[in-house]
Amino acid sequence: MGRVGALIARHPIPAFFVVFAVFPFVVPYKALATQVLIYGLFALGFNLLYGYTGLLSFGHAAFFGLGAYGTGVTLARLGVTSVWAGLAAGLVLAAAGGALIGYLCLRRRGIYFAMLSLAFAQLLYFVGFHLSWITGGDDGLRGIPVLPVGLAGVRVSIETPLAFYYFVLVVVGAAVAVLKRILDSPFGAVLQAIRENTDRAAACGYDVTRVKLLSFVFSGAFAGLAGGLNALYLQVVPIDTLYWTTSGQVVMMALLGGAGTFFGPFVGAGVFLILEDVLSVFTESWPLVVGAIFMAFVRFLPRGIWGTVVGLEIMGGLDGPPKPPERSHTPRGTRGVARP
Amino acid sequence: MPFDAATLLSQLFTGLVLGTIYVLLALGLSLIFGLLTVVNFSHGSFYMLGAYLGFFVLGFTKNFWIALVVAPLLLGLLGLLTERWLVRPLYGRSIDDPLLLTFGLSLVLVEAARLVWGKMGLTFDPPAALAGAVNLGFTYFPAYRLFVIAATAVVVVALWLFLERTTLGLVIRAGTRDALIVRALGINLNLVWLLVFGIGCALAGLAGVLAAPMRGVYPEMGVTIVIESFVVVVVGGMGSLLGAIVAGLLIGEVVSLTTFFAPKMADIVVFLVMAVVLLVRPSGFFGEAGLME
Repeated sequence: MGRVGALIARHPIPAFFVVFAVFPFVVPYKALATQVLIYGLFALGFNLLYGYTGLLSFGHAAFFGLGAYGTGVTLARLGVTSVWAGLAAGLVLAAAGGALIGYLCLRRRGIYFAMLSLAFAQLLYFVGFHLSWITGGDDGLRGIPVLPVGLAGVRVSIETPLAFYYFVLVVVGAAVAVLKRILDSPFGAVLQAIRENTDRAAACGYDVTRVKLLSFVFSGAFAGLAGGLNALYLQVVPIDTLYWTTSGQVVMMALLGGAGTFFGPFVGAGVFLILEDVLSVFTESWPLVVGAIFMAFVRFLPRGIWGTVVGLEIMGGLDGPPKPPERSHTPRGTRGVARP
Repeated sequence: MPFDAATLLSQLFTGLVLGTIYVLLALGLSLIFGLLTVVNFSHGSFYMLGAYLGFFVLGFTKNFWIALVVAPLLLGLLGLLTERWLVRPLYGRSIDDPLLLTFGLSLVLVEAARLVWGKMGLTFDPPAALAGAVNLGFTYFPAYRLFVIAATAVVVVALWLFLERTTLGLVIRAGTRDALIVRALGINLNLVWLLVFGIGCALAGLAGVLAAPMRGVYPEMGVTIVIESFVVVVVGGMGSLLGAIVAGLLIGEVVSLTTFFAPKMADIVVFLVMAVVLLVRPSGFFGEAGLME
């Protein structure tokens, strides 16, 4: 087991492709596998901000939604016939949204960040709701076509569920590779330095706010790409995409899987979606069960599933030591440090 | 659009009523945050539970005044349990953890309310004594809404007297300044934290019962309003009680006037106010720059 762990740790991207190449044959149906990939990418984007930079965003629905509407409007309303152009439009829109919302949210630090990001996402929800001539409002944006995808000069049909799954796998896999590259770069090291000790990172001469903003933009771009893929998958963008529940879902996925670990968000997305799928067969009140499980995780297993697994001795070396965000919390003043 | 001073005045009164609900919610949030540095994400669910428990007690006793007192007390009790068994074990961990845990709790509570009371909303009639309208000279205004304004004023004054004039209030204020020193003086702060969490949740419960006859009772009733209350707290300055009151009333008025002049903007205007405040004065009206960051 230890050797397998070391192998995955050394070649995470090939390992990712191998696991997800066989994944649709393991889960009950292909659609679930596609959803795990899309929401895994969404949670991965969220985790870049929370797990690696230490900023808890409660408004990632905004970027998922901007990506979905960007892609959806480009393909359904503007008559663009290239899936790649559609996805790019969604990604750029989400990244721009990340820059704007990030700029405003970063005016306040600490715990405010979660509340501000939540509020701005909710603002976007109401804007989307009222701009029904673009977004379709309450009915959702309908009529997103399933177009063949141009791959290396050949147009490939992605109409069957399996073909669509592998198309998503290619896009998500590429995004995962890019994210891995970002995290391994000096920039990625600065992100983690900010998470570990913001003041020291600032003292070392890094422009902390700028780095955080960039992290926000990247995080928004990944979430937006996931949103665009989801629009292609559903062929419709429901207004709920922008609702705060979507933000809550991605928070839960990342934490269940393990914030601050590279593959944790995929594990979390898988567990969450399978749990939802199984529980909703038995009871309409599945959010009650999921909420209770989530509370238990925060209380007893804050490293999440993947974080706990890779933290075990036997898996030594896999994914590096998991580091959940450490900003020590004690009720005000008990730190014994005089505040200015 | 028909426009005259009387309509404007009555719209201002409506805004004042909405503002009082924001004030009660933001006071609880701010009190808890000021002392415990905990963002209580389940505050909206406690507001919702306040309305449902008020409805339940009302059905049981047929007396609105008993419901108005008992429901907040039950919510206060629930707050005590929440602090003791859910939030306290997280002290000393990441500052985000209590927020995440209470987020999970809010999901559980909303779903539990759907399970127990059903997904359909309930109607909650104001008490017979306050059923009519009062002639204010320029307009007829529902008596119940005037009562909500008065009740909130009484609660706010009582809270102020409690914090400023009692020994326990002194301990709470000292705890927000420097908990270490307060502990060194031999005061059991664990009990104070417990109590403050309870008071904050009781205020949310009171807001729920008061709002129920005006806004209806349904499982998701706390969702939007708690996000707006977060905005009030940010605008007023986190941890500042005066800020919660001023910003709560201001945002109530802004929402009410926007509903009148540009109904479509009403959902959005709260967040625009927040964006402007963040750009102009990031620490909020009464927040100290750099506090708790």
